[in-house]
Amino acid sequence: MPMHITSPLTRETLETLRSGDSVLLSGILYTARDAAHARLCAALAEGRPLPVDLRGQTVFYAGPTPTPPGKASGAIGPTTSARMDPYTPQLLAYGVAAIIGKGERSPAVRQAFIANGAVYFAAVAGCAAHMAACVKSVEVVAYDDLGTESIKRLAVENLPLTVALDTQGGDFYQLGRALYLQEKLTPNNFLE
Amino acid sequence: MAKLRTLSSEAIAACVSRLCIQACTVLPGTVCRLIDEAQRTEPYPPARGVLELMQQNAAIAAEEHVPICQDTGMVVVFADVGQDVHIVGDTLENAVNIGVARGYTQGYLRKSVVADPLRRGNTGDNTPAVLHVRLVAGDHLTLTVSPKGFGSENMSRLAMLTPADGVEGAKAFVLETVQLAGANPCPPIMLGIGLGGTFEQVALLAKQALVDMREGAHPDPYYASLENEWRNAINALGIGPQGFGGLATALSVRIKAAPTHIAGLPMAVNVGCHVTRHASETL
Repeated sequence: MPMHITSPLTRETLETLRSGDSVLLSGILYTARDAAHARLCAALAEGRPLPVDLRGQTVFYAGPTPTPPGKASGAIGPTTSARMDPYTPQLLAYGVAAIIGKGERSPAVRQAFIANGAVYFAAVAGCAAHMAACVKSVEVVAYDDLGTESIKRLAVENLPLTVALDTQGGDFYQLGRALYLQEKLTPNNFLE
Repeated sequence: MAKLRTLSSEAIAACVSRLCIQACTVLPGTVCRLIDEAQRTEPYPPARGVLELMQQNAAIAAEEHVPICQDTGMVVVFADVGQDVHIVGDTLENAVNIGVARGYTQGYLRKSVVADPLRRGNTGDNTPAVLHVRLVAGDHLTLTVSPKGFGSENMSRLAMLTPADGVEGAKAFVLETVQLAGANPCPPIMLGIGLGGTFEQVALLAKQALVDMREGAHPDPYYASLENEWRNAINALGIGPQGFGGLATALSVRIKAAPTHIAGLPMAVNVGCHVTRHASETL
């Protein structure tokens, strides 16, 4: 059974999560992708305040489609996390507590998650119509000129996620594949 | 002399607009059937769960007219123009871009195009499209709109192999490409593979192979066998749906080959995600 957790996530919750865990996340998220990351990290490097306080918050690598009339959100889903690798250690050191995206991270980023006690969640990519139902509200809070790449505050309910990197260094992109390949070789494989 | 058939640029723009919305919200039947087949044959329960979610997502998108994926792509348009067609009004290129801007605005689709690769700057209406025009026989115009997401496009690769690399070198390049891509292109993936031609032609061959939604095997038994062998080799890697392990790493491998130079074996692998979309119409 998936565990129900709430964002912003507490230290205690972050530390109990293990790679491979299925969770249903509710609460507040902030979207930020390529262009917003470039601006956030430029501000941090120059010692300027960020337009939104992301310390202790969860960042979602996502650029939704425009919200159609009568709906709470457009289609939404994770973008490739690896493109944010150059910025991630800086943002985790600043205080971002958790990140949602898709795909493997670089060794330096994996270390940064461990060093900062942060967690990386994977959301199923390309299922944006399904995921839109979990989003209760979308509000632009910074960098409006970036369009889909602006920073948006999302209120979500029961967003299905998998813990990809935990605070102890567990990496489900490695473990999950190893588990499958190992089970494939055993005689009573794939028992449900 | 054949009589010219007149086609208004507005009819072309309206058609492109329709096709953009259709392609982004309705997954082609061929891709749905490939996902169904992958779901039936996937032995790993967690992976099967992910494939079931993908089936549900495609159904919700089609029913509620919402995009299957939030990355509604950069639009690639293939226009097969009959040489007995006379386009009046605006140019073909303008008509296509007017259609893209209209479709992406009216359809609440995401605008994902920047005006310059280095200086960036969102164009605000998802234009311009990438337009490939072919002059063909007849007095009809066939438009194929293929919105391409960049999670998978970014994982695509091109190599100028040598004749000595041969078929084994080509297979090794495909497997290396899929392994380097890992979870990034949203597996289970679809691969369009171009072989032969020149540097620029082979990339287009790969894109055409990806857009080709034929059912069944490659008409050339040699390539039919290669497509099968390469897909099985990819599916032995264990990457699986979402990259968390499983059999279904590739839904399909499609090859398009063309004559090439005595010194060359150009090869391009265009990676498509499990939401490889397109929509076509003939005017």
